[in-house]
Amino acid sequence: FFFIFFLQVEQVKLLDRFSTSNKSLTGTLYLTATHLLFIDSSQRETWILHHHIAAVEKLPLTTSGCPLVIQCKNFRIVHFVVPRERDCHDIYNSLLQLSRTAQYDELYAFSYNPKQNASEQVKGWQLIDLAEEYKRMGVPNANWQLSDANRDYKICETYPKELYVPRTASKPIIVGSSKFRSKGRFPVLSYYHKDKEAAICRCSQPLSGFSARCLEDEHMLQAISKANPSNRFMYVMDTRPKLNAMANRAAGKGYENEDNYSNIRFQFVGIENIHVMRSSLQKLLEVSGTKGLSVNDFLSGLESSGWLRHIKAVLDAAVFLVKAIAVESASVLVHCSDGWDRTSQVCSLGALLLDSYYRTIKGFMVLIEKDWIAFGHKFSDRCCQLDGDPKEISPVFTQFLESVWNLTEQFPQAFEYNEAFLLQIHEHVHSCQFGNFLGNCQKEREELKFKEKTYSLWPFLLDEQKKYQNPLYNPDISPELTLLEPNTVSFNFKFWRNMYHQFDRSLHPRQSVSDLIMNMSEQNKQLEKDIKELEAKIKRRNGHVDGVLLKEPLQSAPPAPVLLKSPPCFKKEQPLMPGTDSVRTIEGSSSADNRYSEFMEELAKAEPAVVSLEYGVARMTC
Amino acid sequence: MEFAELIKTPRVDNVVLHRPFYPAVEGTLCLTGHHLILSSRRQDDAEELWLLHSNIDSIEKRFVGSLGTIIIKCKDLRIIQLDIPGMEECLNIASSIEALSTLDSVTLMYPFFYRPMFEVVEDGWRSFLPEQEFELLSSLTDEWRLSCINKEFSVCPSYPAVVIVPKSIEDEALRKVAAFRHGGRFPVLSYYHKKNGMVMMRSSQPLTGTNGRRCKEDEKLINATLRAGKRGYIIDTRSLNVAQQARAKGGGFEQEAHYPQWRRIHKSIERFNILQESLIKLVEACNDQSHNMDRWLSKLEASNWLTHIKEILTAACLAAQCIDREGASVLVHGTEGTDSTLQVTSLAQIILDPRCRTIRGFESLVVREWLQAGHPFQQRCAQSAYSNSKQKWEAPVFLLFLDCVWQILRQFPCSFEFNEHFLIMLFEHAYASQFGTFLGNNENERSKLKLQTKTMSLWSWVNRPQELNKYKNPLFEANSLVIWPSVAPQSLQLWEGVFLRWNRSSKFLDEAYEEMVTLIEYNKQLKAKVNALRRQLAELETDDGMRENP
Repeated sequence: FFFIFFLQVEQVKLLDRFSTSNKSLTGTLYLTATHLLFIDSSQRETWILHHHIAAVEKLPLTTSGCPLVIQCKNFRIVHFVVPRERDCHDIYNSLLQLSRTAQYDELYAFSYNPKQNASEQVKGWQLIDLAEEYKRMGVPNANWQLSDANRDYKICETYPKELYVPRTASKPIIVGSSKFRSKGRFPVLSYYHKDKEAAICRCSQPLSGFSARCLEDEHMLQAISKANPSNRFMYVMDTRPKLNAMANRAAGKGYENEDNYSNIRFQFVGIENIHVMRSSLQKLLEVSGTKGLSVNDFLSGLESSGWLRHIKAVLDAAVFLVKAIAVESASVLVHCSDGWDRTSQVCSLGALLLDSYYRTIKGFMVLIEKDWIAFGHKFSDRCCQLDGDPKEISPVFTQFLESVWNLTEQFPQAFEYNEAFLLQIHEHVHSCQFGNFLGNCQKEREELKFKEKTYSLWPFLLDEQKKYQNPLYNPDISPELTLLEPNTVSFNFKFWRNMYHQFDRSLHPRQSVSDLIMNMSEQNKQLEKDIKELEAKIKRRNGHVDGVLLKEPLQSAPPAPVLLKSPPCFKKEQPLMPGTDSVRTIEGSSSADNRYSEFMEELAKAEPAVVSLEYGVARMTC
Repeated sequence: MEFAELIKTPRVDNVVLHRPFYPAVEGTLCLTGHHLILSSRRQDDAEELWLLHSNIDSIEKRFVGSLGTIIIKCKDLRIIQLDIPGMEECLNIASSIEALSTLDSVTLMYPFFYRPMFEVVEDGWRSFLPEQEFELLSSLTDEWRLSCINKEFSVCPSYPAVVIVPKSIEDEALRKVAAFRHGGRFPVLSYYHKKNGMVMMRSSQPLTGTNGRRCKEDEKLINATLRAGKRGYIIDTRSLNVAQQARAKGGGFEQEAHYPQWRRIHKSIERFNILQESLIKLVEACNDQSHNMDRWLSKLEASNWLTHIKEILTAACLAAQCIDREGASVLVHGTEGTDSTLQVTSLAQIILDPRCRTIRGFESLVVREWLQAGHPFQQRCAQSAYSNSKQKWEAPVFLLFLDCVWQILRQFPCSFEFNEHFLIMLFEHAYASQFGTFLGNNENERSKLKLQTKTMSLWSWVNRPQELNKYKNPLFEANSLVIWPSVAPQSLQLWEGVFLRWNRSSKFLDEAYEEMVTLIEYNKQLKAKVNALRRQLAELETDDGMRENP
């Protein structure tokens, strides 16, 4: 491989995160323009993208050197010990600089070159076409139309240009309503349910204060409810806790007064705000990162972090939304404060439960493009792509992925994609390697010409979709699966080990059923092909025996499928992705093993001179 | 005694059965000596529920007017509800069930009445004899012998008639060692590690008492298992504190001074009522669907069940480490050597020995390390999570063992020949069964009860091919390696197949499992077909070749 590095430090130790015995790998650390690379003595590479680095910490000097702890946004934590303090300081400073980016065009996506030509690049961006998606849903139709009101992002900067609204909502109504909504985010269509003729709409909170009202906004909601011929009542879901919404009234914001809007049913669903979520994740990571953790500390930490409670709240809200549509055929308007965090979660999960299309690989990409990217979830701020306000960081999108993962656990055959797909998307939301998730809204992306300067993630994922396919997927197994009705009893929510300990291999099952089944399903396809070929050959042989000597017919070989070569960086950053090995190999005994380390400690304390058990690792290969 | 005396009302019509996730069924309720039967008696699709009285853990009665309701809580953790019209009928039924589910004589239990409807191909009572086990061992080493010292069960009432001991130790010495060990449970061979010839032995605590009594024969016996210059490890399943306290009651632990070649490690594993309470709390938590997330997690934590799982697995891993990694022999014991000791020795074998991960090997392990080794099943499994009896000797020791196996199975899903259902089946039969296998507390009692002639063995039934198919793991690929499970809390999970079994619908999970089985079956068929076609083609080619070159 070729790379240019600015810094190279030898004899660096990589410590095992959970080992209490200070086991380590020794190797060389390189710093490149985009990555931190560690190559150990057995030539194994650990690549860390600078953009993935969330925090770098220099710990007090020890006898063996200067410890450097790097926390990544994909929950990898690496602990290096650099022999000389001077080197450690250099690495530390360089990493601080390299991981903090001030401008978009310094991000990896702008230097990343996957060797696509310009037309491939354009085609890649065209892969997901939202107009096509609305057509698939069945809009425009008699009740819903495309509005050009936001053509120049004049009415709402953080919305996309193409917005679907009720036909009866005239431009003045739209404009009036937008002025009455936080950040101008007026009610628009997010998902249309063809069979029920009901809609999921989204917006931000109304600027109602204690008593303000807005006729246009009231008309807007009425237009939405009238656009549904099956049920004139509509739900307005405020996804915030009631207390938060009430507090907002003091700032001139707030929530809809049921008396002012005809035919609405108002409901709070109590999902906490971005700050609560951020500190919840922080606590979760503190607990799960503890060495020698006891079961009870883990469970009580899990409880006090509140993380699973939040995931349940998000999914409960989506279930509420789905019931309104599926059972009552009622349209639902969803909002939170600004309508780009909780609202995105609830709208996208609701649609995912209602429509099996979003449970396909392509459909899931469309869903993310629609409800997250186009509707202005602030990926840049939430994922801290540029050096900004740490209070804006929040794992809102991670929670969405985790909710989906929970659903895949409950409905193992309902999703075309697997866990690796969700993890890979999470990886790239933070990698800043592709243009999709850069920036905070469409307007910003257009101004900075991301589509010309960067590449779209989706074609790359589609190219290697074999890795992301769920071999048990069966869309037609039961028609009831069209609508997913998840059971949100608390015991159904589990800690997502493969997300938060993705890189801590010693905690994972040693053999992966899903990888095995995936390979087998691939193999079955090959075998079916083999059988056809063999049968054809036998037939030909028999024909040949019957008389005429036939030359082997010239087969026009089918053109080899054009595969875009995956960029090297794309490949090397996928430690968890299932490869061809059906069984995850457990790596060398030097550092991976931490499992019974408690004994080590205990033994060491009790009688340090007498015993030192070396705990190795079973090497599994099949 | 006649069962009829206990059954005042043998039959009630118009009883309604409620079970979670199933529609209510109306039908006729019948009581027999051993079963509660509810039959819908419908011609089109008759539904029948057969419940062994011995499976009933507790019942509750309620009345609304003259409609009585009986809530039956079973040892397999299921809860069903029967609505019975008529106050008298309901009271009669309830008192009959109560009496029939708590029969105090073993010989009245169903296994003594059960007549199998299947042909017995292989008598399970003779499937796993110590002699066979010894024969296997003899092919590997000649350092051990089979001792019949306990033929009459007089040396150790909880040991089987024959045990495997070091060849160099005479029966006379064994007698002295037995007198030095709690309940006469002198150290015997539990496992021989083929790879390096190291062994695992088990026993009960030594009776050192407060004045540090010693027994030369005991020292000689366990030293006989050490290689020259090698050390061994004694894994005491009690904390040091508990072990020290045991001296006051005549028990104790091996003193360093008298066992200089042994290094003692204390790995505390809970026992008795602490485990029973843990089970009760866990099941209570799982059965309440209304818990919010915080309450669920704190209840799960408060049950301590997963903590016990981690403790047991950790001790077993440690034993296995000592044997496989350290190349040292191990002696495992706690107090009596009938509970936590067996958890450790049997799990260590699952980790170390691929044979124990096959169906027959696992059955053999259960027979050797639990039934023959004298785990008091009848006492421990008398009641389950719904009992209020609070007897000290009731404890889910075996269920914890099965749960630990399940945890390892989840981490190594391809290394076991059996699936989760096999473990659940064993859990059910340990608590209530038509077979005699789990009756009695030890071989001594079993032989007095003449179980071999009067009852059917569970293995006779399970090991028939049509039955075995249900328990086969489609992913199994023999793996001859030692398998080290992770014991980190993040890697341990609640055993949903047992604890959430009746609390949620598993339809989608079951369907996915079926799909997986289909996929694997299809793979096998395709491979077979490809091979057949290849052969056919090869034959055609050789035929052609012969035709062209006659």
